[in-house]
Amino acid sequence: MSNPPSASPTDIARRGEAIEILPGVHWIGALDPALRAFDIILRTANGTTYNAYLVRGSHGVAVIDTVKAEFADEFFARLESVADYDEIEVIVLNHLEPDHTGALPELMRRAPQARLHISSRAPAMLKALLKPREEDPLEYRTADTGDEVSLGERTLRFLHTPFLHWPDTQCTYLVEDGVLFSGDVFGCHHCDSRMFNDRCADFRFAFDYYYAHIMRPFKTHVMDALKLIEPLALKIIAPTHGPILRDRPRRYLTRYRELSSASFAERIGNEDPTLVVFYMSSYGNTARMAEAVCAGAEEAGARVSLYDLEGGEIQPFVDLIETADALAFGSPTINGDAVKPIWDLLSSLAVVDLKGKLGAAFGSYGWTGEAVRMIEDRMRGLKMRVPVAGLRIKLIPTDEELEECREFGRALASAIVSGEKGRVIDFADLG
Amino acid sequence: MAKAKITFTDIDQTVNVPAGTRVIEVSEKIGAGIIYGCREGDCGTCMMHVEEGWNNLTEPSVLEEKVLRENMASRHDRLACQAQILGDCRVKPA
Ligand SMILES: Cc1cc2nc3c(=O)[nH]c(=O)nc-3n(C[C@H](O)[C@H](O)[C@H](O)COP(=O)(O)O)c2cc1C
Ligand code: FES
Ligand SMILES: [Fe+2]
Ligand SMILES: [Fe+2]
Repeated sequence: MSNPPSASPTDIARRGEAIEILPGVHWIGALDPALRAFDIILRTANGTTYNAYLVRGSHGVAVIDTVKAEFADEFFARLESVADYDEIEVIVLNHLEPDHTGALPELMRRAPQARLHISSRAPAMLKALLKPREEDPLEYRTADTGDEVSLGERTLRFLHTPFLHWPDTQCTYLVEDGVLFSGDVFGCHHCDSRMFNDRCADFRFAFDYYYAHIMRPFKTHVMDALKLIEPLALKIIAPTHGPILRDRPRRYLTRYRELSSASFAERIGNEDPTLVVFYMSSYGNTARMAEAVCAGAEEAGARVSLYDLEGGEIQPFVDLIETADALAFGSPTINGDAVKPIWDLLSSLAVVDLKGKLGAAFGSYGWTGEAVRMIEDRMRGLKMRVPVAGLRIKLIPTDEELEECREFGRALASAIVSGEKGRVIDFADLG
Repeated sequence: MAKAKITFTDIDQTVNVPAGTRVIEVSEKIGAGIIYGCREGDCGTCMMHVEEGWNNLTEPSVLEEKVLRENMASRHDRLACQAQILGDCRVKPA
């Protein structure tokens, strides 16, 4: 790529000066190499960066995002190395999470003339964040896709990309230079003072890991955002964490599309509804039920996969669940509960969108049989629908009882196949 | 008990509900595309557009009106976690 800064960027980052990305476009963020866990849920093997940017136009300066509060001094030092506070006309916040808005209150004090630009979904969040007093209301402008703010010969254009990963997320595109300030989208936790993807260490795993934990729950929103981003002429993607992507930036769009697409049905190239059945079984009773459930579901036209939880790791099962139309869990009742691998799996689903998937539970039991009901409650708690009442069988299933299991499988499959499109469902039947 | 039909046009499904049911309760069970945050009328996440039957939902409260305004709601947008169903209506995510 063109335009590498003349001095070594490593030295510049260490010296607390801004890093030039293009003439008049600077990185003014902060490095956090010591961080090892982010937002509780993410591990960060070599820390992270909080990337903020400054864009200079003939009619004023824009600051795009800020940094976490503890790093404000570093941010202001870098900002001061390339601009005066009274030149700042525009502050853009791509989303309001504290790791990018920590230095905002102080920036607003130092540049009171600057106008805030936030997404149309952000005002309530901004108030919650800054808690303004009645007599001192906040001033800001909200943006939707296509709205622009002019800096003279340079223009910032906004893209409304909600839920990536906060409800108020937007991206900001510097039209004349083809730079996308993408917020957390295309970001990763990787602290490398060389700052540009063509100079950094290999951070591909960090990129995928960030996607998996932050963006994955919002796949459909990722696809919507890609529809807005893909048509842009893109020279540089400048995210709020990790390396600036100036070498072949489109690769990262392709990767997001790959990671966000393809249900099992799309992958196998047909429209068969898919059912995944998971079970655990100590004496084989629940296992026999599981096989019969599968046989019934297949008769009724579902593409069925059957897995014994004892034989697998959680993560690949989570992937299977994400792409299935319906799930069934079989567990014996042990000491008044379903068995632990079932709960381990059911508590690992925060990263996948389960809303509207169908769920079902079955199992063999000895005397109380609580497991089935508990699994059903958990599935409802996860916003799944439970269209067929759970099936419990006392100890060893007889031939007639195995027929009940097949019937249970058929009922579940036809609930997926027929769907409820166009029909009127009764509220009480929604479970 | 009085019944009403609510149709989620994004997934083309209709549910027969007891009058007074909140839209959110039905929508999340059926898996319609309306999304939620706080569930208490504060965050504005659950905004939906009422295509038909605007008058068959309970009136928005002062607080709901305020949240709708703050979130740039257009005419006939409501919060699914607040609106209760009184008669037949058709809704979709805003
Ligand atoms: C990755 C991530 C996901 C979040 N998801 C939600 C959410 O689903 N609902 C919500 O109300 N807040 C969500 N939040 C916001 C946090 O609950 C909020 O920032 C809170 O103030 C953090 O509290 P703490 O400082 O005790 O960690 C999320 C925050 C992060 C970082
Ligand atoms: S879910 Fe927050 S306002 Fe309805
Ligand atoms: Fe974030
Ligand atoms: Fe972030």
